[in-house]
Amino acid sequence: MSRVLTEHSIDHVVLERGEVANSWRHERWDSLRLLTPNWLSRLPGYAYEGPDPDGFMNLPQVVNFIAGFAAETSAPVRTQTTVTSVRSTEDGYQVATDRGELRCRSLVLATGASNSPRVPDLHRAVPPTVQCLTTFSYRNPDQLPPGGVLIVGAAATGVQLADEIHRSGRPVTLCVGEHVRLPRSYRGRDILWWMESSGVWNQRYDQIEDLERARRLPSPQLVGTPEHSTLDLNFLSDAGIEIVGKLAAVRDGRALFSGGLANQFALADLKMERLLDTFDAWARDTQVGTKVGPAERFAPTRAPSSTRLSLDLGSGEIGTIVWATGYRPDYRWLNVPVVSHKGELRHDGGVITEAPGMYALGLPVLRRRKSTFINGAEADARDLAQHLAGYLAGCGAGKSLSAPAFLRH
Amino acid sequence: MSQVVNNGVNVDALLAAREALRNAPAAGEFTWRASCKWLNGTHARSTVQGFRGLGEEQSHKSEFSFDTDHPEVFASEDKGATPVEVVLVGLASCLTAGVAAVAQNRGIQLRSVEARLEGKMNIAGILGIDGDVRNGYDNIKVTFHVDADASKKDIEALVAQSQKRSAVFDIITNPTNVTVEVV
Repeated sequence: MSRVLTEHSIDHVVLERGEVANSWRHERWDSLRLLTPNWLSRLPGYAYEGPDPDGFMNLPQVVNFIAGFAAETSAPVRTQTTVTSVRSTEDGYQVATDRGELRCRSLVLATGASNSPRVPDLHRAVPPTVQCLTTFSYRNPDQLPPGGVLIVGAAATGVQLADEIHRSGRPVTLCVGEHVRLPRSYRGRDILWWMESSGVWNQRYDQIEDLERARRLPSPQLVGTPEHSTLDLNFLSDAGIEIVGKLAAVRDGRALFSGGLANQFALADLKMERLLDTFDAWARDTQVGTKVGPAERFAPTRAPSSTRLSLDLGSGEIGTIVWATGYRPDYRWLNVPVVSHKGELRHDGGVITEAPGMYALGLPVLRRRKSTFINGAEADARDLAQHLAGYLAGCGAGKSLSAPAFLRH
Repeated sequence: MSQVVNNGVNVDALLAAREALRNAPAAGEFTWRASCKWLNGTHARSTVQGFRGLGEEQSHKSEFSFDTDHPEVFASEDKGATPVEVVLVGLASCLTAGVAAVAQNRGIQLRSVEARLEGKMNIAGILGIDGDVRNGYDNIKVTFHVDADASKKDIEALVAQSQKRSAVFDIITNPTNVTVEVV
């Protein structure tokens, strides 16, 4: 956004509570890699230029990539500056930080949707003998006590941690609710090449039938590894990981799992096939089909004839629970009434219509399906910068200029 | 879908209700009720009529009643279905209604829908013979036969979506807090 505002000659500052790429530096586990291949990890006027375009950046590489972009664009970043409150004023917003106050006419919230782990309330009933970790506190398998590990959630994070922890020699049980199954590669190309090239990823928020659902969708079961391996539930259960249904309750020290697992498998398989059908149709219509491999179909997710419905958390079988149940945004510092009772920002494609001059970036399906991926930032930022420039122009240039702040938490 | 699909489900009304409830979440709080009177032996009669929803008391057009009993192999008089069969009835009818509603919403004309249900149970549980055997079903199998203007894949998606939106499927597959009091 900063880069695009500079192109519009809009004076601005970027507030960062820590260092550039802070959450990548401090709030993710050690082995994490991007889900997008390097060639696709693009920012405005900035792309990967290393020797491995099909590889996936690890954490230090991501940090270097983002810090390199900030340096190259000379973004006016104020690091180590935490925003403590934002209030409306007559002609804009007053931003309080731990390093003083700023006033601005326009404000972009680029704090994202992943400020803290989302842990379901039922965690309170877990016996204290079981260590609980979240995706913010988990670093690597070495920190885990002996014993089995129950991983709750089967989005990208859950399947990646299940695989990593199981490889460390611990028995792993994975709780699976609604999930999104995707192969890493399809017809010889990376699945995200298909998402990008076919236009699915560019689908706009106002063209999506059930936008609310699209915004709530878990991240796809993908991992970026040098082997380009597919990390689906068949792979995990072949490896020896026990798959159980969604964690529905913890009662009397027992974890109770849903018996509806087979339907979760059926739904995810059907949706994956529908997506692959879309890719095949696009490949046929555009002649791309002659340049890629033949159409493929993948084995259905194997539903066991019966899954475990309960597990005694007091028996010692489980030493650790890892809550891989998603993230939530944190708007406690935002003293402007634009947050729903569920803690979500009300916006129309990133334009916060109830607070003129305020915008959001980096939220799920903000303006496009790819909005939360690195290469999704540019198109959204361009759209919103256009809107923001128009808004500032409409404010009248006579008033003394107050710079728009761009919050990167 | 150019031709008009009619499965007898008013999807427009359901979608309008969904939109209305999004803006007035409290109206979505429903209370369903049933009462049951013991008659004799294992024979009992349950009735339903009133319920609460959309912020006020509501009522069925008439009272519906359900006799339950146990078959003669249980030394009963068999004056009605067993309660565990009623549970299967609840699941079957909920999923079937869901198939019709989802089909209507997706523009799929149904010609016939039949569901067969089988619930496996070891009665060593309820008879107290073996404490390791649960009282309830170990496994419930539902088999749908759907004749409709749609591909097999679309029909599978229909049945999957019906499970996803089914109250009874959720009640049976997930634990629910139940409190029983004597007053």
